[in-house]
Amino acid sequence: MRKPLILATTIIGLTFQQNYVLADVGKISGNEFNPAISLILDGRYSSYDNDYDLPGFQAGGEAGLPDKGFSLGHNELTVSANIDDKLFGYFNAAMAMEGGETIFELEEVFFETLGLGEGATIKAGRFYSGLGYLNSIHDHAHDFTDVPLVYAGMVGSHLIDTGIQARWLAPTDIFLELGVEALSGASFPGGENKDNNKGQTIFAKLGGDINVSSSWLAGISRYSSKFDVREAGVHAHGGVSTVDNELLDGEVDITAVDFVYKWAPNGNTSKRYLKLQFEYFMRNEKGEAEFAEAGEQAAADYDGEQKGYYIQAVYQWQPRWRVGVRYDQLEANNKIASYDGDVDGNTTVLGQDEFLEESDLESDHDPKRISYMIDYSPSEFSLFRLQINNDDSNPTSDKQVYLQYIMSLGSHGAHKF
Amino acid sequence: MKMVKISIFLLLLITSNTIHAKLNVFACEPEWAALMKELTGAHGKVFSATTAFQDPHRIEARPSLIAKMRRADIVVCSGSELEVGWLPLLLRSSGNRKVQINQPGYIEASQLVERLGIPQTIDRSMGDVHAAGNPHVHLDPRRMLKIAEIIGQRLKKIDPDNATHYQSQTRDFLARLQEKIKHWQSLATPLKDTKAVVHHKDWKYLFDWLGIKEVATLEPKPGVPPSPGHLATLKRQMKTDPADFILRAAYQDDNASKWLEKQTGIKAIELPFTVGGSDKATDLFTLMDDTINRLLAALKK
Repeated sequence: MRKPLILATTIIGLTFQQNYVLADVGKISGNEFNPAISLILDGRYSSYDNDYDLPGFQAGGEAGLPDKGFSLGHNELTVSANIDDKLFGYFNAAMAMEGGETIFELEEVFFETLGLGEGATIKAGRFYSGLGYLNSIHDHAHDFTDVPLVYAGMVGSHLIDTGIQARWLAPTDIFLELGVEALSGASFPGGENKDNNKGQTIFAKLGGDINVSSSWLAGISRYSSKFDVREAGVHAHGGVSTVDNELLDGEVDITAVDFVYKWAPNGNTSKRYLKLQFEYFMRNEKGEAEFAEAGEQAAADYDGEQKGYYIQAVYQWQPRWRVGVRYDQLEANNKIASYDGDVDGNTTVLGQDEFLEESDLESDHDPKRISYMIDYSPSEFSLFRLQINNDDSNPTSDKQVYLQYIMSLGSHGAHKF
Repeated sequence: MKMVKISIFLLLLITSNTIHAKLNVFACEPEWAALMKELTGAHGKVFSATTAFQDPHRIEARPSLIAKMRRADIVVCSGSELEVGWLPLLLRSSGNRKVQINQPGYIEASQLVERLGIPQTIDRSMGDVHAAGNPHVHLDPRRMLKIAEIIGQRLKKIDPDNATHYQSQTRDFLARLQEKIKHWQSLATPLKDTKAVVHHKDWKYLFDWLGIKEVATLEPKPGVPPSPGHLATLKRQMKTDPADFILRAAYQDDNASKWLEKQTGIKAIELPFTVGGSDKATDLFTLMDDTINRLLAALKK
């Protein structure tokens, strides 16, 4: 952990050596001295039959389906401002209702350097990792109600972790950004580790314009972590679980490739535009899998290789109206060895097949899903969406229907590309 | 090892790039690119983030713009929240100290002059209103004189080695503009007290200068696309109190203004709005020539 320390010292050095000149004219836009405050309202009506189940992928993070019928999504409060002339601060918390309880979750809380110089930027706190493309985009700016299956299965919807991120932008006409992150590694797909610093990410992004109407962004990234314990289970805030499904002394790594292409006639998105998006994830993980339920306890050495992708297109054919289609596919190749179906030496022995199924490590079905959506935005600040999924994420096919609203109150900051 | 090699390569890239002779100018809109070309002359390498066919309110913080911002020595934008949806993100992502908000390399042109249309109260039900006033100041050449003068001073501060060059460029530009203002004002006398329906409140400063009256907007609220109900109201309004023309900028959808033209017989015209918005509008001077000529031509018919 020397490296972050050296890094931090360098930042401090760079920050104070510069003698700033206050501009004689010109002022901060968007907010005078108060922080910019933004509130997102998100609610939906959901209809489906099957519970969340992604065979071969242990559930973690925020993965799961919304409550049936009427429910609230993530209602996000964002407060942000330039702290001083060198730092920018950002606070985002999501409030959700689950099982009749109000849940408050810190999503992103960080500070970031402003104009450190030479294209460098440092961010520290809790933030969306630079892994993949969609990972660092807040749910309210997604084009579909739910996240792609690769995100649900491999990072529990979003890889959010606490740590430090350093990025460097090359001084070239083509956009080239390199980044590294040192993270706690405790967030899914990582897990609790003694020093709380085992997560690491590196990423590179390349992008540019093809012509005045079209532009692109491509990325390659890798995340890894080591952990002592990783609890798996369906996302249930505060819910009581009688099942123990854990991975002990494990490690995980994810390699991701992403590509985004956007087109609008003359680069004017107000009337028509097209957005194509593709991401491919590969995950390797291993550890000692333990499963315990009502007197039954089993363990095995687990070694999993999983991959998956999604591809989607969103088209705005006239102002306010958009349609989209998305295809998801996952594949898990999980191996277990040294199976022990009777760890505690009781009379009840858990069969290997049942262990695989109960622990979500069984990989005999390749999850697939196709989604269609149409949304309407009365203004820039409101959106209504209908989405239909033909879901084959587990062996029993299901049709999921979502009706969603997203409202934006207050100052609304810029969205990423 | 590969990472090390890449890093060395990239470090070489930085050092080779710091030895540039020209001042890198990042202009948010074509009018500021045109102004900066006048003021920097041979010493400026000017980039415009948008074209005349794009709506400066709705631009994405594209990778190519972040890359340009990274190398900018000076940023010139309309400001007053016009670019609030993309400029702050470009600045934050750039890692470029020179152009941050409190630096001499950051200029919001509209903040350098008196602004019109500063709302008394603000509420989103009023549409996309700018708390700091109307940002589209470039079509008033009197305000342009003041902006050019201040930016000319700023250039000397940013690049002192070429101070005399910027000074003579600025002087020359100001002299030509003053000359042209007299010409335009006498040319545009027939436009005084004419009435215009506009698509969006883009023309406030032009109207302020030439004495044209804005009687209605095609957008029911700023930033909200024209709706059939609102257009029907306008049609009735035009019956009792007809305007002289219906104006839209090159980047705006022509459906609404053409519909109203057909319904009322009032001439709908497209104005370049900024440099590049018409074949003739190639710089700030020809932009105003073309704008006034188009208005006069519509009046004659």
